[in-house]
Amino acid sequence: MDNSIKVSSTTTSLNGNEKARSVKMTGADAVIHCLKNEDVNLVFGYPGGAIMPIYDSLHKYQDEVRHILTRHEQGAIHAAQGLARVTGKVGVVMATSGPGATNLITGIADAMIDSTPLVCVTGQVGSHLLGTDAFQETDVVGISMPVTKWNYQITSPEEIPDAFAKAFYIARSGRPGPVVLDITKNAQFAEFDYYYKPCKHIRSYLPSPKIDQTRIEEAVELINNAKKPLALVGQGVILGSAEQELLNFLEKTGIPAAWTLLGLSAMPTDHPNNVGMLGMHGNYGPNIKTNECDVLIAIGMRFDDRVTGALDKYAKQAKIIHLELDPAEINKNVYAHVPVLGNVKESLPMLTAKAQQKSYDAWFNEFKEADKIEFEKVIDREMHPVKEGLTMAETIDILNKKTGGDAIIVTDVGQHQMVASRYARFVKSRSNVTSGGLGTMGFALPAAIGAKLGQPDREVICVVGDGGLQMTIQELGTILQSEVGVKIVLLNNSFLGMVRQWQELFFDSRYAQTIMANPDFIKIAEGFGIKSKKVLHRPELSTAIDEMYAHKGAYFLEVVVEKEDNVFPMIPTGAAVSDILLGK
Amino acid sequence: MEQKEFTITAFSENHIGLLNRITIIFTRRHINIESLTVSGSSIPGIHKFTIVVRETQEKVEKVIKQIEKQVEVLKAFYHPEEEIIHQEIALYKVPTEKLLDSTDLEKTIREHNARILEVTKDYTVIEKTGHKEETSRLFEKLNNFGVLQFTRSGRIAITKLNKELLTDYLREADELKQEISIN
Ligand SMILES: Cc1ncc(C[n+]2csc(CCOP(=O)(O)OP(=O)(O)O)c2C)c(N)n1
Repeated sequence: MDNSIKVSSTTTSLNGNEKARSVKMTGADAVIHCLKNEDVNLVFGYPGGAIMPIYDSLHKYQDEVRHILTRHEQGAIHAAQGLARVTGKVGVVMATSGPGATNLITGIADAMIDSTPLVCVTGQVGSHLLGTDAFQETDVVGISMPVTKWNYQITSPEEIPDAFAKAFYIARSGRPGPVVLDITKNAQFAEFDYYYKPCKHIRSYLPSPKIDQTRIEEAVELINNAKKPLALVGQGVILGSAEQELLNFLEKTGIPAAWTLLGLSAMPTDHPNNVGMLGMHGNYGPNIKTNECDVLIAIGMRFDDRVTGALDKYAKQAKIIHLELDPAEINKNVYAHVPVLGNVKESLPMLTAKAQQKSYDAWFNEFKEADKIEFEKVIDREMHPVKEGLTMAETIDILNKKTGGDAIIVTDVGQHQMVASRYARFVKSRSNVTSGGLGTMGFALPAAIGAKLGQPDREVICVVGDGGLQMTIQELGTILQSEVGVKIVLLNNSFLGMVRQWQELFFDSRYAQTIMANPDFIKIAEGFGIKSKKVLHRPELSTAIDEMYAHKGAYFLEVVVEKEDNVFPMIPTGAAVSDILLGK
Repeated sequence: MEQKEFTITAFSENHIGLLNRITIIFTRRHINIESLTVSGSSIPGIHKFTIVVRETQEKVEKVIKQIEKQVEVLKAFYHPEEEIIHQEIALYKVPTEKLLDSTDLEKTIREHNARILEVTKDYTVIEKTGHKEETSRLFEKLNNFGVLQFTRSGRIAITKLNKELLTDYLREADELKQEISIN
């Protein structure tokens, strides 16, 4: 049997010969054809009763679309997120009805808040059973509504092509986000005439607003007259593939730029205009200078509370220019004197064209002064510790240096995430994958699997804590089965470190439920057939990392770090960015 | 900022679940919906949501953007009291014997420009359209005779502008579509 899928032409208009070119097939087969039409050749998922016809089709077309079996649906969706984040493509995940679908919810919420394009396909009970509390029936469309960009329930096969076309279009266009397609079992079984027509326009949906020329003039006016301008770079630059446009803008205007957690890697770390990371555990300079600059240019970022600290004390002295695609972000948290609505890939060149060539030596020196203070009070102590225990920072530093910044770093949530984000150096965009908005522990391991499958030629390092690792540790099984060559670096402090830090600082060191009794991780890794090593002492660290990189395939490196280290600088909740602390 | 009464109107394609998507925008922000009506609009196939809230203008503006962010929503607007003409309808059920007892009940109905919809041996149904204050005032009056049942609809509203605000948007959307199909 010939199971290859001929992708129908996507550009020709229909002219009524749609019928003639359609092919009879089941809804389940149509799902796979839709994926091929959208250029998807890798999906993640987990089977079950209500999605069995689709899995049968996946089996039939296994040479066309590869399916990665994870060990939990949460693992599948985080993997799809990882793939989407490093490739810019739409990640696809499949799960059965009921518990399969509800297990996706954390990942959907994560993708929603971090603007990650996903199409999630869930099986659903037969349409005659809807609303009857049938076995494994859950109102997935209802449950996922607040955390999806769009969702839709398909109850007949005829709806499949249009629903998929719309789903992919919505997921990837404008501000990307997750979409759920819930397909009843009868729609998967039934036959119909398949014809695929990609979606290019939805009347009620304007993905990319037209840029208002007068706003550009106003912004240029502010930029040209600025004495102490500061640019804030967010994920919008990466999502809009505007990295080069960003550099052109910064290099001409000479403006210092700081990045948000999700803006990391949008420009090379070593770029002279880069002044570091913003936010709660960001660098000292960009945080205090936020409250000293005269013009703040926010580029594709959303003024998250982890970036702004107390809003009533945030950049009050500055005129704010906000380059943003999503109208709902304008004035949501911070009032924009000049909102520039539209894709930054278009608005940045418009600004660059009209902006004057300038340089701000004295202003840059202020950042350098701040860097010096941060180095003396924080960085030096962390990178060159005098105490015996290993630090997270020195580990990240060696890890990163040995790849020349070329690796993709996937982090989990907690202290190690902040340390990795602070100390990792990047040379390429889309090299940092982390759960920013939702802060989902358990994200890193499956996301790293997806990232590696999305960029098989790049080194992918999963940096994870002992708490977060155990939230999705079962995905070591996915690595085993699908031979995914991720490097896992466990920074083990035997604590839920970030929560412990808050307990130490704000709850008089009452360590309520943050002490971890941990298993022998090396044995666990070995149980999954993954080569592994545990490092306890400084002299062993560097060679262990060499060994890890030299090994072809997956590797598990446990680094036992100082138990009670704290991450600084830190903006305590409710404090102003300028009140950032450099130590206890 | 001061809280005021605002009437929000949102126009949408017909889509199952959109009502839910719109209401959770309010519930998530702890905004109480005072009244909500879904109906057709003057444009075929397009639905209209009319939602009344008491909120600050700033919050209402943010909510409008969240509503417009929904894929199936074409456009949303908000209006303070002065910009719209609105009505609600109320139905009251009173015991028919009270109507027969004296002329007071009949007088009340006349004074309030209400009308009788149905009279049976046991009960009489009275209808009044007007603003909430007017229908409430009548309720208080009628309750002196003992109201058996009372119900009031959500608000419906039209703007004082000449045409539906949506038409411009639709024209632009169609132009955009043509642009896309040419490219
Ligand atoms: C699913 C989930 N549950 C709880 C939290 C709250 N939380 C944030 S950081 C953290 C501790 C993480 O500990 P670990 O994974 O060991 O990393 P470390 O901070 O020690 O580097 C916790 C519990 C969370 N972010 N996600």
